[in-house]
Amino acid sequence: MASTVWIVRYLWLIPALPLLAAGIGALLKQRQRRFAATIAIGAMGISLVLALAAFAHLLHEPQRLFLNFPWMQAGSDWVKLGWMLDPLAAVMLVMVTFVGLLIFIYSTAYMHHDENFTRFFCFLSLFAGAMLGLLIANSLLLLFMCWEVVGLTSYLLIGFWYERPAAAAAAKKAFITTRVGDLGLLLGMVWLYGQTGTLLFYDGGAGCMEQGPLSLLTAKTLTGIALLIFCGAVGKSGQLPLHVWLPDAMEGPTPVSALIHAATMVAAGVYLVARVYPLMSVSTNALEVVAWVGALTAIFAALVAVAQDDIKRILAYSTVSQLGYMMLGIGVGGVSVGIFHLIAHAFFKALLFLGAGSVIHGLMGEQDIREMGGVRKWMQVTFATYAVGTLALCGFPLFFSGFWSKDAILHAAYGWNISRVPFYLGAIGALLTAFYMTRQVCYVFFGHKRRDPAPDPIAPSETAASDPHEAAHESPAAMTVPLMILAGFAVLLGFIGTPAWPWLQAFLEMRHSGVDFGQLAENGLLPLMLGSSLLVFAGLGLGWWIYGRRPIRHAADADALEKLQPAVFHALRQGLYIDQLYAQTVLRLAWWVAVVANWLERWVWSGIPLMVSALTKGLGWIDFSLDRWVVNKGFDEGCDGVADGGRLLARLQDGRVQNYLRYLGAAVAALALFLLLGHRG
Amino acid sequence: MTPLTGCLLVSSLLFAVGLAGALTRRNTILVLVGIELMLNAANLNFVAFWRFGHHAGPSTGVIFGLFSIGVAAAEAAVGLALILAVYRHAKTTDLSQLTGRPQ
Amino acid sequence: MSAAFLILAVVTLVGACAAMMLRGLVHCALALAVAFAGIGTLYLSLGAQFLGLAQLLVYVGAIAVLIVFVILLTRGGDSDSPPLAPAALPITGILVAMALFAVLAWAVLHSFAMHPSGQPASPVTVRQLGTDLMAGYVFPLEVIGLMLTAALIGAVIVAMKEKQGTQ
Repeated sequence: MASTVWIVRYLWLIPALPLLAAGIGALLKQRQRRFAATIAIGAMGISLVLALAAFAHLLHEPQRLFLNFPWMQAGSDWVKLGWMLDPLAAVMLVMVTFVGLLIFIYSTAYMHHDENFTRFFCFLSLFAGAMLGLLIANSLLLLFMCWEVVGLTSYLLIGFWYERPAAAAAAKKAFITTRVGDLGLLLGMVWLYGQTGTLLFYDGGAGCMEQGPLSLLTAKTLTGIALLIFCGAVGKSGQLPLHVWLPDAMEGPTPVSALIHAATMVAAGVYLVARVYPLMSVSTNALEVVAWVGALTAIFAALVAVAQDDIKRILAYSTVSQLGYMMLGIGVGGVSVGIFHLIAHAFFKALLFLGAGSVIHGLMGEQDIREMGGVRKWMQVTFATYAVGTLALCGFPLFFSGFWSKDAILHAAYGWNISRVPFYLGAIGALLTAFYMTRQVCYVFFGHKRRDPAPDPIAPSETAASDPHEAAHESPAAMTVPLMILAGFAVLLGFIGTPAWPWLQAFLEMRHSGVDFGQLAENGLLPLMLGSSLLVFAGLGLGWWIYGRRPIRHAADADALEKLQPAVFHALRQGLYIDQLYAQTVLRLAWWVAVVANWLERWVWSGIPLMVSALTKGLGWIDFSLDRWVVNKGFDEGCDGVADGGRLLARLQDGRVQNYLRYLGAAVAALALFLLLGHRG
Repeated sequence: MTPLTGCLLVSSLLFAVGLAGALTRRNTILVLVGIELMLNAANLNFVAFWRFGHHAGPSTGVIFGLFSIGVAAAEAAVGLALILAVYRHAKTTDLSQLTGRPQ
Repeated sequence: MSAAFLILAVVTLVGACAAMMLRGLVHCALALAVAFAGIGTLYLSLGAQFLGLAQLLVYVGAIAVLIVFVILLTRGGDSDSPPLAPAALPITGILVAMALFAVLAWAVLHSFAMHPSGQPASPVTVRQLGTDLMAGYVFPLEVIGLMLTAALIGAVIVAMKEKQGTQ
């Protein structure tokens, strides 16, 4: 219902404040970095407070509040926009503002040595504003607009160091790949508007997520629209065919990777699916597709992550895999299952990325794990928090949030009545997750110090992040404190979603819940918990056994798995050649289309002005020729003729008397003849 | 063919010859010669008409011829003097050299 | 048409043609003199004795001689340089003359002259000529006297060698 509650009336401030900070930041000079950081963090802080207020308001009375307003007139109808506050939005708002604030603070230390500090915070604020706007949008159109701005800021931030060609190429790739998905979203949006006449989600019974309009659509239409909207989610959340941009997006600074490509923006796809869940749930085919895509993505990315050597790329593929889990969760179990994992993942993935950033910072910009080793000895806080994050991601039983959220997904997948294959894929994925994370931790934090953390003259991308004059040291407080906070949440968040007290699920479904440990024993949960724990231990143990016991001594040494199966390992490292496949097919096609378009442009569209200009030229040439050959010549010839005639006549006057006499004589003869003839006649 | 006709034909022929020469020869003196011949042809005409013509005066033709001879003489004298003067200036009596056009 | 007339006519015409066609200038002058003589004799045969003799005296004796003088004074015919302005072909002049002759002949032959007239006039005596000159034609006589004076003075002036320095 439309609300006069003050928090809902002023809900728009939550995205507006960071946008304002971005606007001011765009006008600031490079020297005013302190001011830029202050307004960005300040805006984010106020937004956090407002988000907490909204959350608190909804705590004791979970409901859905919204406020719509007419925006634009299209024909005789008015296109309306609006914002809403419901449990899903409130939880997401708190998560985004909180994690965002921590990452902003982290960035002040991480980007300290970068000269484009001010621009960085401007873009970060812009992103935050757009993301928050996306979360509270009550209209698919408003959501789409914020979606696009989020994509834009992702492009700007991936290509932040734009002088590096790899970064520029990665930014372009991200934008274009998500664009492919966005096209599906746009088509779905238009179709939905055409069918229901509204894009508002909730409008007192008339919104497109509500029973009334939805019942107007046929099953086929529903499935079509749902799948098209899901395309957008596939692009944004890096699901299987469109995942190729996420690993390359690691070219951006690490805070960007943490905020955008782990916690928030990539989660927007999952959030979109959650938002249009009423639409999707009516058509079972759509949810089936979502679940399958999620499961396949999860296993695929986990496999590829095993063979990566860049610390951030491992985490990137891990993100892709976990997003797959979220999609699987929504597909098989509903909104609350997927969102629970999303919230938990946001915290521990951000933690992992920030920790990786801390390591990179400490190693003066090194990102290859083969070059690292033994970091735990001199970066203790980073190591401790990273370990917490790793265990949370692996789903270490009982104490870590990842365990509870992933178990919820696996439980729902086990009980899916269509197929059990996703469950098995998910289970194998969990094993692989534990394995590759252990591999990474062993490479980075344990083992021999393969690299002396002295300043490296050949500076990779992140050298700007660290001061080359400092010796190997733990990162500053501005970086470690957020790590510790996030680590705390990585543990504590688990407890809001356990089956014993499914508070989050209930909150999202607008019910009340109570603590009931008996629930743990229901529905075959205990065997499942046991089984998944075993998988986690197996993965951790296998990883330790292969990588932890005999760590490599030199960076050039081959990976242990590589020695076993070099061909498979190489294929995995190349991401199962999907990038190459795209290059050969899609990109080739696009190139040919561009060639044809160029030809059309040059010869057909430009042909008309070309023809006109050629025609004009021709006419001009004809005119010139006429002038030269006909007019001038004619005139000249005329003049020449007159001159010649004159000259000819002048020849009569040659001063020769005898000639004059001749003329005279002839004239006399003629005259005489004339007279005589006349006289006679 | 009366005598008059014969005389007239002769005088016409003489006139034509004189004209031809005046028109053709390059030397100025010969042009003058031609002119004298033409004058003589005209004189012959007068005399012929006086002698054979219809109702001529008793001595008109002769008087006329006399005067004509006088005038011819004066004219010849002056003309030859002019030729001399021109010859002194241009060093030639060739009419083709004396066009009067700038050379 | 008596034979005498024919012979005299032929002589005159031949002389005239020769005067106009001969190469050497002096030859031309002499042929001219012959032509004049022929004409004078024609006058005599036509009964104008005084005129004939006057013709012989003036034309042959004075004018022809004068022409010879001038020919000799101007070193007649020494033009080595090529003609500056080549004349039209001589044929044109001849054609014009022929045309004129044709017209005149045609006029003569188709005129009243073909009709025989009455008796020819009687020869004029000198006495009659003198009387006519002094009586009827005194005015032209005086004028011609003036004219001859003017011509004389003029010819002298024109032919006189210019003083050095005033060119």
